[in-house]
Order: sequence, then structure tokens, then C-alpha cells
Amino acid sequence: MTVLADLKPGQCGLISGFRDHGPLVQRMMTLGVLEGNEVKVIRLAPAGDPIQIEILGYSLSLRRSEAAVIDVENVR
Amino acid sequence: MTAITTTELGRTTATVVVIGNPNTGKSTIFTALTGVRQKVANYPGVTVEKRSGHLSLDGMEVELVDLPGTYSLAAHSPDEMVAVDVLFGGLEGMEHPDAVLVVVDASNLRRNLYLASQVLELGVPVVVALNMVDVAKARGIEIDAEALAARIRATVVPMVASHDQGLDELRAALAKACRGQLTAPSVHVLPELFAEAERIAASEGERGHPVKRYEVERGLIDAGAFAETRLIERAGASLRAELEATRARLGSGRPLAALEAQRRYGWIAAQLDGVEKRSEPRRTWTDRIDAVITHKVWGSLVFVLVMGAVFQSVFRWATPVMDAIDGAFKSLGTAVGDALPPGALASLVTDGVIAGVGSVLVFLPQILILFLFIGVLEDSGYMSRAAFLMDRVMRFAGLSGQSFIPMLSSFACAVPGIMATRVIADRRDRLTTILVAPLMTCSARLPIYTVLIAAFIPHRHFAGGWLGLQGLVMLSLYLLGIVLAVIAASIFKRTVLKGPTPTFLMELPAYKWPRPRAMVLRLVERAKVFVLRAGTVIFSVSVVVWALSYFPRPASIHERFENERAEVTASASGEARDTALASLAAAEDAAYLEQSVFGRMGHVIEPVFRPLGWAWRVAMAAIASFPAREVVISVLGTTYALGKDVDEGSDTLRSALQGARWPDGKPVFTAATALGLMVFFALCLQCVATVATIRRETQSWKWPAFAWTYMTVLAYVGALLTYQIGTRLMAG
Repeated sequence: MTVLADLKPGQCGLISGFRDHGPLVQRMMTLGVLEGNEVKVIRLAPAGDPIQIEILGYSLSLRRSEAAVIDVENVR
Repeated sequence: MTAITTTELGRTTATVVVIGNPNTGKSTIFTALTGVRQKVANYPGVTVEKRSGHLSLDGMEVELVDLPGTYSLAAHSPDEMVAVDVLFGGLEGMEHPDAVLVVVDASNLRRNLYLASQVLELGVPVVVALNMVDVAKARGIEIDAEALAARIRATVVPMVASHDQGLDELRAALAKACRGQLTAPSVHVLPELFAEAERIAASEGERGHPVKRYEVERGLIDAGAFAETRLIERAGASLRAELEATRARLGSGRPLAALEAQRRYGWIAAQLDGVEKRSEPRRTWTDRIDAVITHKVWGSLVFVLVMGAVFQSVFRWATPVMDAIDGAFKSLGTAVGDALPPGALASLVTDGVIAGVGSVLVFLPQILILFLFIGVLEDSGYMSRAAFLMDRVMRFAGLSGQSFIPMLSSFACAVPGIMATRVIADRRDRLTTILVAPLMTCSARLPIYTVLIAAFIPHRHFAGGWLGLQGLVMLSLYLLGIVLAVIAASIFKRTVLKGPTPTFLMELPAYKWPRPRAMVLRLVERAKVFVLRAGTVIFSVSVVVWALSYFPRPASIHERFENERAEVTASASGEARDTALASLAAAEDAAYLEQSVFGRMGHVIEPVFRPLGWAWRVAMAAIASFPAREVVISVLGTTYALGKDVDEGSDTLRSALQGARWPDGKPVFTAATALGLMVFFALCLQCVATVATIRRETQSWKWPAFAWTYMTVLAYVGALLTYQIGTRLMAG
């Protein structure tokens, strides 16, 4: 399975699940990082971490370790 | 329970709560509605600021309460619970609001409606300010506000708050809501949860535990978070089992928080179907700016330039104003001192009151300049990009990118730096940053370094004159602060402030032009908060310190010096007499200081500081500099009988320190002692303004006490090691 952290800048995918159900994932879901939503990696910070993603039409930044709990499919 | 005090028609007062996501223009709307009629207080027991303002609507006096920007009513921390309590009228002294104003960003409606859907369940009339419709339009998003209003059963007012568009319509809608002419929407996105929460609240009520439905609702959803903890504290452990059973039943294995998110976003999609039309997304200005600002090379360059400008201006621009304030208070002190008869009253007014007030006001220029920059950076959207760029670096200290600006500001002054920690979302990260920020070398340490380096560090150059020993010492003192701050932060994050790693989920909002009006209001408010709250503490401490260094004043000293003065007046004349009288006056000051409570304390604690190589006068100067580090210079000056007016440029101070001798004739100050003293002041927390600011920002004396203790221990050990190692190296 691919996780969001594996995507390169410019790639899109469909969120298919979460590998964790802690407070982090709860916060993500509140912000619209939700199963079935499309997500796009916009760019990486100069150090390669954190990453900037687009979800529901807005920009969100999260750490690589946080993006590693989000499963994605249909990566383009 | 509601605030309806008179009949519907004759209502004269009402309360409206304002809530919204961050970056929706909520503050702009709040300021546009209330103008300067705002005040900031604290909710009891928590660090959340209660910002409220007043406005008149059709003869009604309406109190507007602005809640901090939030994405959800989930209550993980006590601070987040405050917002929920305010909305439901569960906070002591605050009644159920008459209406809620939800500010939403039209260009980002889906995510913004998440919070709105929670508010629509409150059972009070809701007015939705659909802000930034211009931005939405530019991005190809059309919203049918009337259709949306019909769907969610609330008043929806399209607005462009930054251009004052839609404000009259908003006022009219709020007036209607306050008069009770709007019905409350009855949205229930999770009806089964609502029913269960109602049942549990009722059965707990029968058992004599008055808990509220909404508390149970949040307690059920946010498992293990503050809402649940507080419920169980009130109603006992039996409720825990009940909550767990209910959760299992409702979620059928899945966390309720996930269920809530799924349902709410499903509900939002249904409401927006046909209401929101999006054409092909266009490349926005924000995308174009971001391509530069967060670029590997250009982004880092812009970052260094911006931070350099912030640091330089706080450091340099503030200095002339601060010197002017300082000078003004000094001449005021002199003028008042000349006008009053000499004695305790004159000394209290000049050395206590005027110097005390001056020591508060002198910080204002730095605070205002820094907050002006932070305001611009925050409102424009750059602040979150800076955190994005610096996150990786700050993780060395166990912190996140959000701690960068407060730490950088602390190089100028820890007071504005600590005030700037408000941008840090996570409580533990914020506390850690507050605790280590005073380790950064602030401008108040420079006079101490300048005097001691000039007097005791040899003027030597290496590498063909490029590297000076004096400069290297200064640089090492800066690095010492940074390195110890990183170590201290990572220790705190592993011990006293241990907890789950905070999330770095952070919105990167669209770039915006800052609003000057809102910014000026915020600056005035910051200045007020600092002068009134921190100022009272700083002022009282200054007066106490004055008293400790003034009393007691034995008559014997006065008599002794009167006799000597009489002798001088009789035997000498002209310039020689004036010089002799001046040095007598200085010696008299020093004699009084030695007799004072502080002087005695210096003698008592001398053994403690002996391993650091400090004479009792140095120990006393260190204690007397409790209000502010730089005071140590003038106390050293006074105690080594120079008179009061010494500063870092003074050659006489330098030679007096160089000439100071122990009873056995050895010099008091060696390079090792001086280095130790500098290390002490690099690491100690001798600054009442910082202590008072930590107290204000953490709402408790526990954290300033902790910060003072750990830094003093660090300072002592640092000075001890420096002196002992330095003495041995130089001897060998």
C-alpha cells in the first residue's frame, strides 16, 4: 500500500484509510483529510520535511511522519 | 437560562458570540462591528483570552464575545473546552448567548462549514457571515447565499469585510437575532448521539450529578480528552463505563470522532450540492507567491532577509527610542530629586517610583516594533510559511517551526518573545518555548558583557587581525545561550512537559494584505496589557528592591560623613574641594548600601558565592540586580564607591573594577572571575519584566518560579565551572 508520504510533488491520490486512530488522525479528519477525498502533494519544505498538500481546495502542511499514516490509492 | 431579562420588545441588552476558523477575517469583522470598544480579559483559570466588545443595534446594547479561531468544537484541552462552555452558557458569570455569529471563508467553504455545522446544533439563532466572497469569485467559486441560508436554516450574509462590504446587512441580521425574531435552526447531524447524550445527562442528573448534555456529547466523541476527564471528575468513575459502552454501541468499533467527521462532511456535501459552483481552478496569486516563498533557494533567502529585518529593527530601531525614554526618566528623576528635600521620600520617588515606571516603559518600543512585524507576518500569511520552513531545524530542540519567531525575538528581549508564543498552538510546546526563551542573549546583557570584556579580556587578535579575542568571548556567550536553550528544551520535552508529540497540521492560508486599522488596535491592546498587568508587578518589585537597598540608614554614617564634609570644606577650596565632596558623597552612598538589607544579605550569602570567586560586594550586586540584569553595573559602580552615574562607557568603572582588591591584596576580578560573572548573567533570570510576563502568559506563579529556579541553578553551576576551570588553566 502507498502512503501519502511516498507521493512526489505534483502527484495526486485518493485517501483510502488510516493506519492509526489517535488524536492526530481525529484532527486530520476535522480538517477534511478524510477517506474518499482527493489529496495532492504541492511541495516539500527545503529540508524535505514537512510537506505541503492540497485538500478540499486549500493548503495544509504536515510532517512526513504524519503523512505516513494516511493510505492513498489511484496515485496519478 | 437565557439572557432575556425583559420582554421581547423592550429588550435592552444581548450577548452574541463570534466564532470561526483561523484566517477567515473574523478579527476584521469583530473590529469593524465594535471599533475601539473592545477589552481583553482572561477567562478564569485558563490561558484563553476573553476578547469582548460592545455595539449598539437599534437601541440595544449588545456584547460581542470573540472566541479564539478554531476548526472544531472538539475539546482536547481545558482551553478548547472554554469555547464550548461559552457557546453553551456553561461558564460561571456568563449566560447562554442570544445568538452566534459564525464567520466562514467563502473560498474555503467546505472546511469552514464543519465548525458551522456544530454551531447549528446549539439551539440558538445563528448568523453566518459568508466572508471573502471576492476571493472566492476570483478563484472561480460561486455561492448562492440565499439557497444556502434556506438549506441550513440560518441567516447568511455575503461579505467582503476587508472592504467594509456587507456590514450593514450583518448588523441588521444580528439585530433581528438579538430581538428573538430569528428561530434557532434544528440541525442534528448525529441524532443518535444527541439522544444518547441527553439520556446520560438526564440519568446523571437524577443521581445528583448535574452534567450538561453538550458536555456528554463532547465527552463521548473526544475519547480520552479533556471533556471526558472533566465529566468523570464530576460524576465519578461509573460514568466512564457508561461512556465506553455507549461509544461501542454508536460507533460499532470505529472511533466516534471518525464517525463525526464522516457524517459532518457528508452533511456539508449535501448542503452545498447545487449551492456552490466551481469552475476550473485557476492558478492563484497565493500559488505563485508560494512557489518563491517556499522554494529551496529563494524561500530560504527570503526567510533570512525577513528574519534579519525583524531582528535588526527590534534591536536597532528600538534602541534610540529606549535611550530617549531612559534619558527622559533619568532627567525627570534628577529634576524631582532636586525639587524635593533630600531624604527617604526623595529617594523613594526618584530611585523607586520614577525608576520603576521607567523600567516598565523602556520595554514598550521593542514590544510595539516586534508586534507590528508579527502582526504583518501573521495577517499576510507569511508566519505559517516561516514555521513550514523552520520546522525541521526546530525539531532538534523537540519543538516545532512555530517556536522560531518567539525564540528569535528573544535575542532582542525575552518579554516580547514570550508574548509572541501565543502563535504556538500546542500548550506544551508553548510552555517549553516560554521557559527557554530567556536563555537567548537579550540586549540587556550587552552592557554587562561590554564592561567586563573591555576590563578583563585581553585585546588580542588572531588570524591576521580578523579574529579578536574579545569578539570571540562575546560570540561564545551568544552560542552558550543557544546551545543551552536547545538542551533545556529537549530535556523539558522529555520530563516536566512530556506528552504526545504535537501535530504539525497547519493551514497555509492564502496571502492577504494586512489591515492597518485592526493592526493598530491590536498594538494598542498589547501595549495596554503589558503596561497594566506586567507593569504593576515590575513596579512593585522595583519599589521593594529600592527599600531593601535604602533601609536601614544608621545616623552614625550620616554623622561621620557630616564631620568629614566639614573638614573638607574648612581645609580645601575651589575645584579640589568639589572633587573631594563628590567622592565623599559617593563613599557615603556606598557606606549606606553596605549597611542596607541588601548589603547585609551580601555578607550573609558571600560563602555561597565564594566558590565562584565573588567578593561580598559582587554577591550583593547580583542580588540587587534581581529587577534587571543591567542594574548589576550601576550597583558595582556604587559599591566600589564611584557614585551612581556609571554606565558601560565609563572608564572610571573599568579601572575601579580592575583595581578592586581582596584584603590580602589579590585582585577581586581576574579574567576567570569576569568570565564566570558573564556566564552567570548569560544564564540567570534576573529580570522582573520577564518573570512578570511569564506569570501573565501562563496564568500561574508556578512557571515563573520554575524558570527562575532552573536558570539560577544553571547560572551558578555555569559560573562555578567557568571560574574554577578558568583559574586552573590560567595558573597552569
